[in-house]
Amino acid sequence: MWKFLYRLSSLKYYYEWSGKWVPWLLGSTAVLMLVGLYWGLVVAPSDYQQGESYRIIYVHVPSAWMSMFVYVVMAGAGFIAIVWRTKLSEIVVSECAVIGAMFTALALVTGMLWGKPTWGTYWQWDARLTSELILLFLYFGIIAVHSVIEESRTAARVASILAIIGVINIPIIHYSVTWWSSLHQPNMLLVSKTPSVHPSMLYPLLVMATAFQLYFVSLLFIRMRNAILHRERLTSWVQDISTRN
Amino acid sequence: MLGAFISIIQRDLLLAYRRRADLMNPVLFYVIVATLFPLGVSPDAEFLGRLAPGLVWVTTLLAALISMESIFRQDFEDGSIEQLLLNPHPFSLLILGKVVAHWLITGVPMLLIVPVMAMLLHMPVQAVPVLWITILLGTPILSLIGAIGAALTAGFRGGGVLLGLLVLPLYVPVLIFASSAVSAAADGLAVSGQLAMLGSGLILALVLAPLAISASLKISMS
Repeated sequence: MWKFLYRLSSLKYYYEWSGKWVPWLLGSTAVLMLVGLYWGLVVAPSDYQQGESYRIIYVHVPSAWMSMFVYVVMAGAGFIAIVWRTKLSEIVVSECAVIGAMFTALALVTGMLWGKPTWGTYWQWDARLTSELILLFLYFGIIAVHSVIEESRTAARVASILAIIGVINIPIIHYSVTWWSSLHQPNMLLVSKTPSVHPSMLYPLLVMATAFQLYFVSLLFIRMRNAILHRERLTSWVQDISTRN
Repeated sequence: MLGAFISIIQRDLLLAYRRRADLMNPVLFYVIVATLFPLGVSPDAEFLGRLAPGLVWVTTLLAALISMESIFRQDFEDGSIEQLLLNPHPFSLLILGKVVAHWLITGVPMLLIVPVMAMLLHMPVQAVPVLWITILLGTPILSLIGAIGAALTAGFRGGGVLLGLLVLPLYVPVLIFASSAVSAAADGLAVSGQLAMLGSGLILALVLAPLAISASLKISMS
């Protein structure tokens, strides 16, 4: 295990190892997403109150979960980057910022589209919307670090510190905003208790959530592979790849 | 160790005293921005009084943010920070000394001017003492968090704009608790909950921020 992790921290080894995984990841993402979307959009019953518009949760809820999950992954990678200074985890931090911002934006946009028919407004200054928006700003800050600081290793370490600070702050921001006002419905899924969602709607949601996870990992791998090629473009093994193709 | 901590504070206060004119700048900024609100929103006393807690606190955030940029700049350029790093005393403690001095220079003038601003914005009189306490508890948090951002951006061109982008989202909890305490006081409600949250935030920031600031400065120096 440790030996494998140690070898994985070599960019060249990671590049070769991840190359084998990418097609499988993309394939399983596609299958699960098609199944989940068909199940959620066609098979699942319509809601007795919200009619068909509730079906946006099959995109909205997984992307909202991912927006937070990606941040935790980024902070974990940031911690590793600060402590062990591995190049690979620095790349994870910078690539997670972009992917996380994308999921956050997706959650916000789908939430707004759902809000219009249901709440009668695209935007409401409610707790979750606001804390999701602030999460988006935190991601933008980390992305901006990479554009302002040219030296990529320094930028990655600055971004790592920010990610760690953010992970302490996100619960504080979240609860302060929740306390400030709330309109959004409470969490509908609590694993330990009986979920308030009927299984016929819940299972497609879980399939979609898994599909989003796999999508995140595939995207991360692909983006990291690109970043590695760019970062190591002057080394002989990357030159070999480019001459071979 | 305590001696080193205190002499850092003394040094920074002395440097600030030598350039007394700079001391007034955050205060002037504060007064000018607060004057813009009646012009931009409405001079109506009742309306303005309802907005006042938020207006005062947003202005405080901006004033704190602007003052943060300079906290490490000069020491960073003339190499004093590196000397502190080579010092046998814990780096994070010495840096905390710098933040404390910075708060004394920028936060304390704010404490003096804030009641006047609150009156000018027609804030209800019973809310002013609470406002003063929130400034007392809140501005040190702003300095501590802002110093992390300043430390991260100290070594880079274009750091100024980046600082706002990095730090302002982290200021959100302070803004929420402080302005809601002031609003509650204006309505005659209990405020101990919000003040307790601000106090615990201050303790948390005092414990964790110096570590983050010193780690950030080390990165900026490398």
